[in-house]
Amino acid sequence: MSNATLKELSAQLAAGACSSVELTQEFINKINGLNKDLGCYITVDGERSLKQAQAADAQRAAGRGSLLTGVPIAHKDIFCTRDWLTTCGSRMLANFVAPYDAHVVERCNTAGMVTLGKTNMDEFAMGSSNETSYFGPVRNPWQRDAVPGGSSGGSAVAVAARLAPAATGTDTGGSIRQPAALTGICGLKPTYGLVSRYGMIAFASSLDQAGPMARSAEDLGLLLNVMAGHDARDSTSLERPAEDYLRDLARPMAGLRIGLPKEFFASGLTPDVQRAVEAAITEYKKLGATVVDISLPNMGLSVPVYYVLAPAEASSNLSRFDGVRYGHRAAEYTDLLDMYKRTRAEGFGAEVKRRILIGTYVLSHGYYDAYYIRAQKLRRLIAQDFRDAFEKCDVIMGPTTPTTAFKLGEKSADPVQMYLSDIYTIAVNLAGLPGMSMPCGFDSGGLPVGLQIIGNYFDEARMLNVAHQYQLATDWHQRRPPGIS
Amino acid sequence: MQWETVIGLEIHAQLSTASKIFSGATTAFGAAPNTQACGVDIALPGVLPVLNTGAVERAIRFGLAVGGSINPRSIFARKNYFYPDLPKGYQISQFELPIVEGGSMTILVGEIEKTIRLTRAHLEEDAGKSLHEDFHGLTGIDLNRAGTPLLEIVSEPDMRSAQEAVAYARAMHALVRWIGVCDGNMQEGSFRCDANVSVRPAGATELGTRREVKNLNSFRFLQQAIEYEVRWQIGEIEDGRKIQQATVLFDPDNGETRMMRTKEDAHDYRYFPDPDLLPLEVTEQRISEIRSAMPELPEAMKTRFIRDYSLSDYDARQLTENLDVGTYFEEATRLTFDSTKLLIGIKGGKPVLPGIAKLVSNWITGEIASRLNVEEIEIKNAPIKPGGLARLLARTLDQTLNNKMAKEVFVAMWAGEGDADAIIAAKGLKQLSDGGEIEKIVDQVLAANAQQVADFRAGKEKAFNSLVGQVMKATRGKANPQQVNDVLRRKLAG
Repeated sequence: MSNATLKELSAQLAAGACSSVELTQEFINKINGLNKDLGCYITVDGERSLKQAQAADAQRAAGRGSLLTGVPIAHKDIFCTRDWLTTCGSRMLANFVAPYDAHVVERCNTAGMVTLGKTNMDEFAMGSSNETSYFGPVRNPWQRDAVPGGSSGGSAVAVAARLAPAATGTDTGGSIRQPAALTGICGLKPTYGLVSRYGMIAFASSLDQAGPMARSAEDLGLLLNVMAGHDARDSTSLERPAEDYLRDLARPMAGLRIGLPKEFFASGLTPDVQRAVEAAITEYKKLGATVVDISLPNMGLSVPVYYVLAPAEASSNLSRFDGVRYGHRAAEYTDLLDMYKRTRAEGFGAEVKRRILIGTYVLSHGYYDAYYIRAQKLRRLIAQDFRDAFEKCDVIMGPTTPTTAFKLGEKSADPVQMYLSDIYTIAVNLAGLPGMSMPCGFDSGGLPVGLQIIGNYFDEARMLNVAHQYQLATDWHQRRPPGIS
Repeated sequence: MQWETVIGLEIHAQLSTASKIFSGATTAFGAAPNTQACGVDIALPGVLPVLNTGAVERAIRFGLAVGGSINPRSIFARKNYFYPDLPKGYQISQFELPIVEGGSMTILVGEIEKTIRLTRAHLEEDAGKSLHEDFHGLTGIDLNRAGTPLLEIVSEPDMRSAQEAVAYARAMHALVRWIGVCDGNMQEGSFRCDANVSVRPAGATELGTRREVKNLNSFRFLQQAIEYEVRWQIGEIEDGRKIQQATVLFDPDNGETRMMRTKEDAHDYRYFPDPDLLPLEVTEQRISEIRSAMPELPEAMKTRFIRDYSLSDYDARQLTENLDVGTYFEEATRLTFDSTKLLIGIKGGKPVLPGIAKLVSNWITGEIASRLNVEEIEIKNAPIKPGGLARLLARTLDQTLNNKMAKEVFVAMWAGEGDADAIIAAKGLKQLSDGGEIEKIVDQVLAANAQQVADFRAGKEKAFNSLVGQVMKATRGKANPQQVNDVLRRKLAG
């Protein structure tokens, strides 16, 4: 059962072929067996999960179940969950239990979904390999010495290793799409503002967006139907009528115009990834789509722009972790300033400190105009590039990442190399557009390759349609890592 | 050398919303520490601010009242610094684009009117409170106040003396209460001033280096702090030292200011637009809705009082110092006028509105004002309501009471002894206006005071007053003084 999709599980639960308790127990058993090796969960609480499963079964028995009632899910440890630890992958919050549920968690709970646990992540979502977590790295089930990507590495691995049928993730510069690509699963970052950020611990507020991670485009749609929707507690949450993101799944590919930005296929892209992506494009042509060459001339600036804006917001967002009210506080200190310094020196890891330093610097008097203001201007140019491109095409496609999963430790000493692994995903966050990744093949070493699909604002249903049609024709998304049952 | 003082004020007015500026927690004062701070106020991980539209509405009302312009688009920014009572590590405030820009305030200094220009007014949240006492070497943090909505009102450096600064602060205090955007409670910190003070040689056009005196929560402290600063700065310069730009605190115990920090160690607040909040957009329609719901403003009311009641400029200004006084005055005048109309009509005369208005005005700025002052209460809490005052004044206008008696009745009314008529009856206070009776008493007094009569006739006017006094004494103050005068003059002349 743990290999089933959300859609299949939903059907089985509805038919009474299995109970949520049985299903949940099966996942808990598998987690207990594999999590030690993979490190994808930070917190598991079988008793609590089973209680939720019992309630879901009772709900279904009473005829009050909905589509996903009783279906298990894992939540990235960035989402606040009442009664569960919410660590954000940091020593700073290693002991933190939120007194409330994030909007996304609330939505899943209301839908009757069962929380399997909280997944590992780069500390405060800052990282592209899941190596910055205070709770240790997550290993890629395809090759245990490879990284799973980040920051939603725990969620990606939980889904890839069949330790959860689906998971929530967050994406600030590629944190859903890049780990999805590197672990051979599907992940969607919705249009900025579609999913409420309430209860999601902030990294870079103007870029952060929550989204679903699962094994098929259809499952992403099922989950997005639950997660999306206006929330008055988030001022950047958009007020739009509810949508069914599955409504367009069956639409044929004939007439679809796929934009291929030349900047996505330039130097830096490894040949194996390029081959797999080009094969996918060929498949789309077979399905009736046409291809348009486009250009995103300012794409090359997206990494530097991002590494000004995201740290700037982060340096301010992370100021609340000061040891005064909750979370870590240094055991010994001489005065207030010393308490702040020791608490934050001990509570934050190296990458978080690096970004706080960068962010503080670019906002400082005398540097603000040269860095922050300029980066904001370039951000608008990058968004304009996409607007121009969507005049010529319906979706944009390219690789999600320049390489497949790299080795643990391979890039951790070189932050710039690490940052460049998000080179194809970051521009999408800067523009606030929806983007997704789905598996489209393997490299010569057997590591998965991800195809990125970028849609216009609010075009999630169309993107899922495009992905679904490909998944009807191919089986990349059904491949299992070696040794995973 | 002659020195000129230059002062600009920054006033923090707490907006009178029921809940905080970015959360649903109550703003009520005086609860047990940390019981009125929700997740947003204590900055839990993951929480987000949501703007209170009531605070925006009040800021717009203020902007319209001072004739400022309302920006159609303003931006909330983060002001970053670490302090234990600042839970997020930043304060949300408006920096580059405030909601209100410009405007002005007319103040009266002595008999001279002066206009103070406003730079801007912007919305921001208050911090919590650090309690340094009672914790034996530790600091207590109370976050009840964190997130309370504030309007920071910044003036141009247009004031030239502590007296002008106080007049401006008082006028602003009256205005924010008048338009109902702030309760003005200074003890509770709802209205606080920072004063930027500098001095320069008289006639100079460039500003001197300023020092900012923080957190003055009474008009007296504002005055004392500025006066001290001016003396101190002049002393420094005359002794050959330079003023350093600095932030200072006023110590009310010794009346002096002391240095908090200089410009060198000033914070770099690293302002940037808050990505959690969208730009604040205000439509023309919203502004005109708020404008049409505005109460009559002090200047307009003053002008109307002068026109409709023939009051002097001075009286009208005093009556329009706050809205409650103005309302009290109009209400009392109308009721007095109504209750005397009938009576005077019967006697063949016509009630004269200006006369009545002047009478009411005198009572409000006299007896009532001094009582309010002594008891430190507001006119809306006065034990005598406009109707009560009207019934009292009706008894002076119909000659039942003379002025002295009216004051006696007023005191009893204030003490809660009842309505004017009940007190008049209980005390037997009825003015003696019966001509025959008065004549009889005058005859007796003249007979008993032959010496004074002789003195008067010898040209000593003072003797006349003494005789009046004798008559009033004999009637135990009840005689109508005018009648006594008339009868005495007639008899002494005869």
